[in-house]
Amino acid sequence: MILVDSIKTFGEYILLMKRVLSQPERWRVFFRRMLHEMYQLGVNSIPIVLLISFFIGAVICIQLKLNIESPWMPKMVVGYSTREILILEFSSSIMCLILAGKVGSNITSEIGTMRVTQQIDALEIMGVNSANFLILPKITALISMIPMLVIFSIAAGTAGAFAIGKFTGIMTPEDLMVGLQYEFQQWYIWCSIIKSVAFAFIITSVSSFYGYRVSGGSLEVGKASTNAVVSCSALILFADMVLTQLLMQ
Amino acid sequence: MIEISSIYKRFEEQTVLNNVSALFDDGKTNLIIGKSGAGKTVLLKCIVGLLTPEKGKIIYDGRDIVSFNKKEMMLLRREIGMLFQNAALFDSMSVLENVMFPLDMFSDMPYKERVKRAQFCLDRVSMLEAQDKSPDELSGGMQKRAAIARAIALGPKYLFCDEPNSGLDPQTSLKIDELIHDITKEYNITTIVNTHDMNSVMGIGDHILFLADGRLSWEGNKDEILHTDNETLNNFLFSSDLVRKVKEMGNK
Ligand SMILES: Nc1ncnc2c1ncn2[C@@H]1O[C@H](COP(=O)(O)OP(=O)(O)O)[C@@H](O)[C@H]1O
Ligand SMILES: [Mg+2]
Repeated sequence: MILVDSIKTFGEYILLMKRVLSQPERWRVFFRRMLHEMYQLGVNSIPIVLLISFFIGAVICIQLKLNIESPWMPKMVVGYSTREILILEFSSSIMCLILAGKVGSNITSEIGTMRVTQQIDALEIMGVNSANFLILPKITALISMIPMLVIFSIAAGTAGAFAIGKFTGIMTPEDLMVGLQYEFQQWYIWCSIIKSVAFAFIITSVSSFYGYRVSGGSLEVGKASTNAVVSCSALILFADMVLTQLLMQ
Repeated sequence: MIEISSIYKRFEEQTVLNNVSALFDDGKTNLIIGKSGAGKTVLLKCIVGLLTPEKGKIIYDGRDIVSFNKKEMMLLRREIGMLFQNAALFDSMSVLENVMFPLDMFSDMPYKERVKRAQFCLDRVSMLEAQDKSPDELSGGMQKRAAIARAIALGPKYLFCDEPNSGLDPQTSLKIDELIHDITKEYNITTIVNTHDMNSVMGIGDHILFLADGRLSWEGNKDEILHTDNETLNNFLFSSDLVRKVKEMGNK
């Protein structure tokens, strides 16, 4: 029963995406909306990304210093591991999980509210492809902003690690610096960006889907937001597994 | 002119519309009346193509829309204006932007002319001074008026209103009714209004359809309605004290 339901839901999702991924009616209107969404979804997420990344970077550094480092291990291990954790997983996957909570629930409640207040019907009546009009700018906006967010996150995390070394004195900034620069692989940054682009698509499309199919009242909008965040998170983790396997080989 | 014939619509077990046929003329306000749950909204949604009836024809000036594909439907909809029960203004846009929206999407006018056209429509519904407000700053009646302005922005041939008076005080209701009536006459629009408000019926009922139990139970105009011997209709009408008094006065 659950299997049948999920296949049905997946089918509805595909059908919605078919309507979403078509050419916009008016490019002028599309770009205006996309710019607006880039601000709403991207720029407005910068503070939370910087804040969380800074502290996580610091915490990873402390944990590694206290738990991993021992006399027979090179001093740069802490910096090296911190960098790898940030680039490979935190700044793409975990950051997107956080964004799923912030951006995803925001998208679902916005579109869901438009559904229950008949604004979507109003669009359809005018002859606008409402799915394309509402959802495509969100998808393209977050996809175009997410590489920037990833870079910001890596930078803030590194800064956090650096700050903790400098201000608490648990290790010298020089040791950390050596570790942070040790065997740097540019490809890993690209991996992180590629993964995050996929996650951005998941966040925006799945949460839009949940909002678009709301029926009933404001209670349903709330429920849909919660479900959207849960689904986005699960799908991000699954996609992370698949993509990591593919990209890291 | 819109013609519907033998419309059937069912939701699972429940037959909501059962063999409804009617003709809606242009330049007239056509009212669909009936108590809550009678199927008025469902009928209107069938007519505009938001729902598909199981059986029946819906003909817009010779074009049967039941056989329309998505593309043809989208094109037809540019000739349609619709006023929703709760106005359904886009709450991320100002009043002026709301009215400009259909123009932005579908007209090739330059920006200045679109603004001018939108302001003209807002002026027509006496809402020009509220053009920069956001919809949530407006009262119910003002929202309805703004929604009417949006509905007529592209100069529609067909106008649909679902309970335009719900949630409004009698005086504001009257103004909205008159506005719908005047616009219909002025631009020779085919207008269909859903209502259960007897004031509207007596005020603007050029052509009235009474829906009961999913069937078309009575058809006529506002002068005939007071003298009907249709029992269900009488029960519906004279649950309003005011109308009963009017009728009694008329009989004296
Ligand atoms: N989407 C739907 N699914 C199932 N039943 C519906 C749906 N829409 C309306 N109905 C049913 O159709 C009947 C008529 O509803 P409606 O047209 O909204 O009445 P009203 O005349 O008050 O506008 C109601 O009994 C309602 O429960
Ligand atoms: Mg209704």
